[in-house]
Amino acid sequence: MKKTIFAAALLAATVLSGAASAKTFVFCSEGSPEGFDPGLYTAGTTFDASAHTVYSRLLEFKKGTTETEPGLAESWEISDDGLQYTFKLRSGVKFQTTDFFTPTRELNADDVVFSFDRQMNAQNPWNQYVAGASWEYFAGMGFPELISKIEKVDDLTVRFTLKRKEAPFLANLAMPFASIVSKEYADSLDKAGTKEKLNQQPLGTGPFQFVAYQQDAVIRYKANPDFYKGKEKIDDLVFAITTDAAVRFQKLKAGECHLMPYPNSADVESMKSDPALKVEQQEGLNVAYLAYNTTQAPFDKVEVRKALNMAINKQAIVDAVFQGAATPAKNPIPPTMWSYDESTVDDNYDPEAAKKMLADAGVSGLSMKVWAMPVARPYMLNARRAAELIQSDFQKIGVTVEIVSYEWAEYLERSKAKDRDGAVILGWTGDNGDPDNFLDTLLGCDAVGGNNRAQWCSKEFDDLVTKAKESSDQAERTKLYQQAQAVFKKEAPWATLDHSLAIVPMRKEVTGFVQSPLGDFAFDGVDITE
Amino acid sequence: MFRFFLGRLAVLIPTFLGVSLIAFSFIRLLPGDPVALLSGERVMSPERHAQISHNLGLDRPWIVQYLDYLWGVLHGDFGTSIVSKSSVSEQFLQLFPATLELSICAMIFAIVIGIPVGVFAALKRGSFADQTLMGVALVGYSMPIFWWGLLLIILFSGVLQWTPVSGRISLLYFFPPVTGFMLIDSALSDQAGAFKSAFSHLILPSIVLGTIPLAVIARQTRSAMLEVLGEDYVRTARAKGLSPFRVVGIHALRNAMIPVITTIGLQVGVMLAGAILTETIFSWPGIGKWMVDSVFRRDYPVIQGGLLIIAGIIMLVNLAVDLLYGLINPRIRH
Repeated sequence: MKKTIFAAALLAATVLSGAASAKTFVFCSEGSPEGFDPGLYTAGTTFDASAHTVYSRLLEFKKGTTETEPGLAESWEISDDGLQYTFKLRSGVKFQTTDFFTPTRELNADDVVFSFDRQMNAQNPWNQYVAGASWEYFAGMGFPELISKIEKVDDLTVRFTLKRKEAPFLANLAMPFASIVSKEYADSLDKAGTKEKLNQQPLGTGPFQFVAYQQDAVIRYKANPDFYKGKEKIDDLVFAITTDAAVRFQKLKAGECHLMPYPNSADVESMKSDPALKVEQQEGLNVAYLAYNTTQAPFDKVEVRKALNMAINKQAIVDAVFQGAATPAKNPIPPTMWSYDESTVDDNYDPEAAKKMLADAGVSGLSMKVWAMPVARPYMLNARRAAELIQSDFQKIGVTVEIVSYEWAEYLERSKAKDRDGAVILGWTGDNGDPDNFLDTLLGCDAVGGNNRAQWCSKEFDDLVTKAKESSDQAERTKLYQQAQAVFKKEAPWATLDHSLAIVPMRKEVTGFVQSPLGDFAFDGVDITE
Repeated sequence: MFRFFLGRLAVLIPTFLGVSLIAFSFIRLLPGDPVALLSGERVMSPERHAQISHNLGLDRPWIVQYLDYLWGVLHGDFGTSIVSKSSVSEQFLQLFPATLELSICAMIFAIVIGIPVGVFAALKRGSFADQTLMGVALVGYSMPIFWWGLLLIILFSGVLQWTPVSGRISLLYFFPPVTGFMLIDSALSDQAGAFKSAFSHLILPSIVLGTIPLAVIARQTRSAMLEVLGEDYVRTARAKGLSPFRVVGIHALRNAMIPVITTIGLQVGVMLAGAILTETIFSWPGIGKWMVDSVFRRDYPVIQGGLLIIAGIIMLVNLAVDLLYGLINPRIRH
């Protein structure tokens, strides 16, 4: 019956559209977007539905990598003092022509200035165009303190002036929040008194244009015929919002969608054995860690931290929590990131040696708290289970563990406290593919009392990371970050636990999908073979 | 009757105020700061936190926030979602038809099967058929909705491929919503096969959502019928030589319906609660799924607005049931 319905529907759709070869790609997405203005939000689900479909940016991440390449900016120059970035825009880039708006001009510098000024300048009439707009990523990446000025030099040239040198700035411009919106469209909405539509009916220069959103059910796009890199091979793109992973799997099997994100790890084996499906996987841009409070005795001693690290059986955690869909971590940055130090030697799992090391450090009868997150995150699916494994590992070397947990927002808040009692399980998913986003954000001295849950401030490490941040020579930066990783390993403020694998099941007929190490689901370049 | 109505209505007002206060204060008693959740693992500076709290009006005393909220509600404004930044009542109106459509279909399923089963079991009291039917009803009542839903999906959609897995209609159909009810909209659209697709999408969720009410209605009908069947007037009717159909269908069933109608009224609340799970499993874009998502996001305005509207609906249904009693049994009015 289902097949009959499908066939009838397909026939109907084909007849109605009048295009015999219309290709529709269906993505069973995991949740509803919060809105369609990528500047306002932080969730990947929202970015997949807005930034990666409708919009483009000055720079883009090269498919499948964390390296950047020219996007709407075809070239740029950096001044000698590293403070001025001058971008030359691609000419002839058209904004999408949709049912709700017909642009009269092509992309120019006004659009770029507008896209950033609305996030930066509280006086901009678009700064609070929706109630409580907080421009979370713009602030989170430190742009308000970094950018002193954005100006239009001519129609196709824009200049950013920074207050200090910052090498990750370019990578940040490839992030979803830096998507370029149309000033002409915004002006027309303003005139019509419907500013909020910017967040409901997005319009950009990206590969797909927005058609309709039925809340919590379906988002429809069609290929943008004017896309500056050429029209996509698929004609229509549909996001079928399906929150339950088991149901997504059933839909994929039944052919109701072509690709799904975030499968249940228990289903992966049967996905691999299904002849109609294929499964791609890649290490995610993430890390899970156990952060000691390095300011509190006895965790202020390197030997104690090292001993505890040697007592953790990471492979057991990976097997129990991820059913193998993760790799044990040895560095604080994931292997897919440039500057990852392959040569790092991990602390061997050796309870006997750990016990001896602890005794040598004069620690006996230690009891401590281990904090377990109450939620599943990509880097840690079940922190409680991981904590239990750590508890039993530590017991083997005579350390008693009490597992504690709080509601998620409480957990994040309390774990920041400088005098926090116990070691915290937490993790990070990279934003911009730059090592600075892990090393400085999570371990820099400035982040103590904030993101730096180990409260660890090493001058040696901090100097290396700061120097790397100021250099725009990637080879030099790589060297500095590798040195920083060595310092980290020597000092062991964390036990690095795992990098999870991002697993993407899809129908066999899907071609051209490239997994992004940043965890994005972008469908430019995707095709369906018959 | 009018006085009876006014009396019932007067009780609703303090109840509604009570619900609004509970909805408002309970979610604030939950740990978890909605502003901090906006940035997730990324730490927000205290200044920004204060600024955003201020923009959202969360830095004012609770009582001021409550009164302000209540004032808005009285004017039909249920606030703006912290996350999606759009109006709660607008979102509700957009999503409610989906829930209503599903609930009506589930209720029809429960009533159409539940009442005859209950009557049949009462007539065959103590027989094997009676015990089997009531046993099955008990299982249905005890079944976890989540598990039941997945089981049906795996069997009927996965293995047998008779029904679609989830959603309201095949993605190949696309027409603007007119009423918000997919069955009606698909029939109105000139797209061939759309109605059939919408109907086939409703089957599994209606069964899942209707299972518990079905079990309750069947059991309630059975016990009410048993009571009525033992009454003198039924015996008299039988003695008069009326056909068994008239005795059961007209004399007994009508009187047995009073407690059954109460049960059906109460099931509306159960159904709205069940919709939360059913909608999540079947990716049904209704208010249940919307509320669950909002709880995880600590989206205060949506949770409190949604709770209040749902409570309001349940109160109105109860009022309607009360009035219906009054019509069926005039003694209750006094």
